[in-house]
Amino acid sequence: MSNSDAIPEFGKTSAGSGEVGVANMSALTAGPGINSFRDVAIIVAVAVVVIGSVEVLLNIFAVPQYVLPKPSEIAVALYTDFGFIAPHLGHTLIELFSGFGIGAVIGLILAAVITQFPFAEKIITPYILLLVTTPMLALVPLLILRFGFGYEPRIIAVALASGPMVMINAATGFRRVDSGKIALARSYGASTLQIFWKVRAPMALPMIFVGLMVGSIFGLLTAVGAEMVGGGFGLGNRLTSYSSMIQMPQFFAVVMILSTLGILIYVLFFLLGKKFASWEA
Amino acid sequence: MNAMGSLEPKLRVKAATKVYQTGSGDLLALDRCSLDIQAGEILTVVGPSGSGKTTLLWAMSGLHGLTSGEVVLDGKTIKGPNSQIGMVFQEANLLPWRNVDANIRFPFEIKGEKPDEAWIASLMHRVGLDGFGRKMPRELSGGMQQRVALVRALSFKPSVLLMDEPFGALDAFTREEMNHLVEEIYLDTRTTIVLITHSIEEAIFLGDRIVVMSARPGRIAHIHDVPFARPRSMDIMSTREVFDLTNTIKREIVGDQQSKARIAQRPAAAATPGN
Repeated sequence: MSNSDAIPEFGKTSAGSGEVGVANMSALTAGPGINSFRDVAIIVAVAVVVIGSVEVLLNIFAVPQYVLPKPSEIAVALYTDFGFIAPHLGHTLIELFSGFGIGAVIGLILAAVITQFPFAEKIITPYILLLVTTPMLALVPLLILRFGFGYEPRIIAVALASGPMVMINAATGFRRVDSGKIALARSYGASTLQIFWKVRAPMALPMIFVGLMVGSIFGLLTAVGAEMVGGGFGLGNRLTSYSSMIQMPQFFAVVMILSTLGILIYVLFFLLGKKFASWEA
Repeated sequence: MNAMGSLEPKLRVKAATKVYQTGSGDLLALDRCSLDIQAGEILTVVGPSGSGKTTLLWAMSGLHGLTSGEVVLDGKTIKGPNSQIGMVFQEANLLPWRNVDANIRFPFEIKGEKPDEAWIASLMHRVGLDGFGRKMPRELSGGMQQRVALVRALSFKPSVLLMDEPFGALDAFTREEMNHLVEEIYLDTRTTIVLITHSIEEAIFLGDRIVVMSARPGRIAHIHDVPFARPRSMDIMSTREVFDLTNTIKREIVGDQQSKARIAQRPAAAATPGN
């Protein structure tokens, strides 16, 4: 007659079982807010002072360019060589988007399915942990042997790196639904599918965004790492190439592009999370 | 309704028994409880923790099954959730990602029906939620949240309203306000109400009859009539009759727990592990 015949007890507002996941990065999503023009002005001023001091100090101590190029030299390299670097950025983005897309979709589906079956979850979780903790870069040489120097080994590595991250966070989200809200939906005659879409999924959304954010950053790391291991294109390939030719301004220009990419990804998911999961303040 | 309609109870609990399987053996939560609830009455249920109040209410709602016995609504055995039954839970149990309007329309979304907007608007007005439709639950006080839950439960015009310690988390003043509100809505709609509470005062103020349950196993120990006309005012709470009734119920609950404790001591001593 009833599916969940536990002793009803709703003193606690949320089931605490899943509050702290393996990769609970809530600190990431709870950054300080920038509120006013004054805040922005101070941040910019500090940045100018810091970069300016670096420039001056490198000049004073006559640090050779192959050790550390001046910020101005990096800026010039970024400007003059961007046309050459841009296609490589495109390759990296293709690897990142396709690998992360595949990994995230599989991760989300696995998380949604697995949390419905606690026993299956117990069996599968150790393997997921293994995937989360093993650096997928370690597999890249093997993948290159099998798939060659094209996109395939990199996309697979990115998917392997980001998918488990998305999965483990999403699973934490799906698990923490409190039984009171499920009972509420059931009291209106909700089906299992309705309960999933109308209660479990919205409740899991904040953790899903954390998973997507962490997963995409891991994906970026893995994409660049895989490009450094082998193949003739991508930002990672540029890094190895420039450093081997001691073209340090260009090398740091690529690093700047990667930092910007990482920050953009972070901001994107931060804003998405704010828009769709702001109820959990 | 047949010609003898007035004799047919709205809700009939027949020998309701519930056994929970727990790690330390079976727990008899509800032991052969039988109860008739008439159409249009407010029945309040009090009892110590572990007396099976919530289990009984959940069995009435069809959310949880019984081990044996049955609950009959309008002559039909309840086998699962039923749209004749509205439920108000402990805590308001609002969905935090939906605003007030969307929370109140949640039952209709699940059922795939069109909400009766005029009825919902009148309920919102009645409980003092005018203009609160777009607020998020976290912007509301506990009392306001429970008002939303009340509107949500009544939105699809159930003929029975089951309330599971709905105001336990509220402060005394808000609680009193909510009690008046429940009575007002009851007088408007004549919905049959079963309300579980820890507060004997609340049970007396709202109840036409009060069921006192005893713990472990949960049994119906006593049933009291509350002979006050409606609408009631808080003034009745200071009458001699209410004072006596309160004390009687207190004695019934406390006395039951003390005798249970005495019985429990002996087997506990015998069960002390020894080599």
